[in-house]
Amino acid sequence: MSLKIPEEEIMSCGNLACQGCGANIAMRHALKALGRNTALIIPACCWSVIDGPFPYSSVNVPIFHTAFAAASSTAVGVKAAFEILKKKTTVVAWTGDGSTYDIGLGTLSGSAERNDDMIYVCYDNEAYMNTGVQRSSATPAGAWTTTTPANYPKKNQKKDIISIMASHRIPYIATTSVAYPEDMVEKFKKAKNIKGMRFILIFCPCPTGWKYPPQFTVKLARLAVLSKLFPLLEIEDGIKWKLTKKISRPQPIKEYLQLQGRFKHLKEKDLKEIQDTIDMNWELLLKKLDK
Amino acid sequence: MRKLLIGNHALSYGAKLSRAQVISAYPITPQTEVVELLSEMCASGELKAKFIKVESEHSAMASLIGASAVGVRTFTATSSQGLALMHEMLHWAVGARTPIVMGNINRALAPPWSVWTEQNDSLSQRDTGWMQLYAQNNQEVLDSVIQAYKVAESIDLPAMVILAAFVLSHTSEAVEIPDQKKVDAFLPSYKRKYKLDPTDPHAFGGLTNTENYYELRYKIQKAMEKALDKWEEVGEEFEEIFGRKYGLIETYKVSDAKNLIISSATIASTARNAIDKLREKGEKVGLLRIRVFRPFPAKKVRGILNSIDKAVVIDRNIGFGASGIFYQEVKAAMYNEKNTPPIFGVVAGLGGRDVTSKHIIEIYEDTIKKNKPKSDIIWKGLKE
Repeated sequence: MSLKIPEEEIMSCGNLACQGCGANIAMRHALKALGRNTALIIPACCWSVIDGPFPYSSVNVPIFHTAFAAASSTAVGVKAAFEILKKKTTVVAWTGDGSTYDIGLGTLSGSAERNDDMIYVCYDNEAYMNTGVQRSSATPAGAWTTTTPANYPKKNQKKDIISIMASHRIPYIATTSVAYPEDMVEKFKKAKNIKGMRFILIFCPCPTGWKYPPQFTVKLARLAVLSKLFPLLEIEDGIKWKLTKKISRPQPIKEYLQLQGRFKHLKEKDLKEIQDTIDMNWELLLKKLDK
Repeated sequence: MRKLLIGNHALSYGAKLSRAQVISAYPITPQTEVVELLSEMCASGELKAKFIKVESEHSAMASLIGASAVGVRTFTATSSQGLALMHEMLHWAVGARTPIVMGNINRALAPPWSVWTEQNDSLSQRDTGWMQLYAQNNQEVLDSVIQAYKVAESIDLPAMVILAAFVLSHTSEAVEIPDQKKVDAFLPSYKRKYKLDPTDPHAFGGLTNTENYYELRYKIQKAMEKALDKWEEVGEEFEEIFGRKYGLIETYKVSDAKNLIISSATIASTARNAIDKLREKGEKVGLLRIRVFRPFPAKKVRGILNSIDKAVVIDRNIGFGASGIFYQEVKAAMYNEKNTPPIFGVVAGLGGRDVTSKHIIEIYEDTIKKNKPKSDIIWKGLKE
């Protein structure tokens, strides 16, 4: 069986990512799907550093680095200019969860409401990793971060960014994972051929911030999907919800949690609470799915 | 063609004649007419530009930076709180070397809410690396937008064309609207050397270590220094084509002047009237209007103040904890000079309080008769 992933490597090997970085795998596959006629807009996030220090760059497509809250707002200007110049370049805002869930959410909402023509990608590693693992509103309840110490871990649930985006009724939303590169490539290819605002959320485990050995990145990403924590979805026009990976025999969340240092302070009852929340979220999701 | 235009519409016409290609803006009083007219021009096809109706001023500036980095001409306008919200991206526009032109209507900052004119909004952005030009009438507003593109694009730095809230923004004046063909000849389309282009991929603005950052800052300063000559050159070329003369500064009756009133924007415009009246009383007084504030025309200022007995600077702004800001700049320019005259600093008209010809005459008479200032701020019209 051959993989449905383009062979051409657009991104060079060798950059400043940590060992086992999920966001690195995400970029590699996104570019394979999108091709070279792509421009990346990158706000403050791990990828501000990963690409390489000036004058080096590792992606072989143009990058415009921008301010933390300015990913989609910079991207809409870039797209407008390409349109004026009659160039059909795919404009991609490539962002972390800090800019998507927190500081740039208002800006993202503005772009979504206007249906700006871009692919907005959030590689979600569930905290401010680039600044040293501080909690974001993408950090799951129960997790340790440097601003939610183990004796007072995060209380609040992770923000439901997918529902927020869906309520803007944008043409295309997808969730994907570094454990499923074919899914990732397929969704990016699909997104490329849609006009308007497209939002792709990529689940990107982070060995540095989640405190696990780097060889477990793909394993954790896979467990998150198989444990129903991170459903692989496509949503058209905000209303047609489709599960792209059915989970026939879900795994308990326990293994996923116990592989990571950020959850090691959790007691049995905490694990059960997390499992209950996952089950509840899944039930809610099933109700939204297009029959 | 002559037309009655409010200052805000003079900005719109300036952007239209300059053939801005991407416009992005967020509404704020007293700027709204600028972008309303541009929206109409874009909707009718009279102006072939993309108009992005963003959700904040921060986004307005971010989108123009992105568009400019691809290599198209961009325009926005804002005021006061809007400019303050843009602050982060103002720095970004400079570091990214994007020659954006923006109109800013000088309006006092809150709290308490005020919509009236004061220069603290733009002067708070003094050190961002934006060029700043303070216009004194609506003709100058329109002409300066066109000139600003020419200067900005020659040195890869953005420029702000600044006008007083209501005193210009909402006041109609007869304005000569230049012929489009002549503007096209004066201002060819924008050609960016280093641009965002998938056929020649580069990363712009990535992490830069200590080996390179310093030099990049040096280059911005060098560009600013080059801009001093550019504003003069562009002003001369503009005069040849359109018949109206502009430079870094403007003087009035200085050739035989013993004393000088120094100001900017509409207070400088009013000061001409005060000077005529003072001259009738036998006072040998002239005016120095600082038109371009960044880059600061220190040489020009020295050239005039070196042969003056006394000068008074009138500021519609205040650097809290210090003094009026133009006053600081003028004094700093003169500090190492041999013949530095006594220079008085007056803060007047904050929050849009009127500064009339009568006030300026009083300011002149109260200050110039003294030997030297006793304090860094002389308040005018303060209710104590």
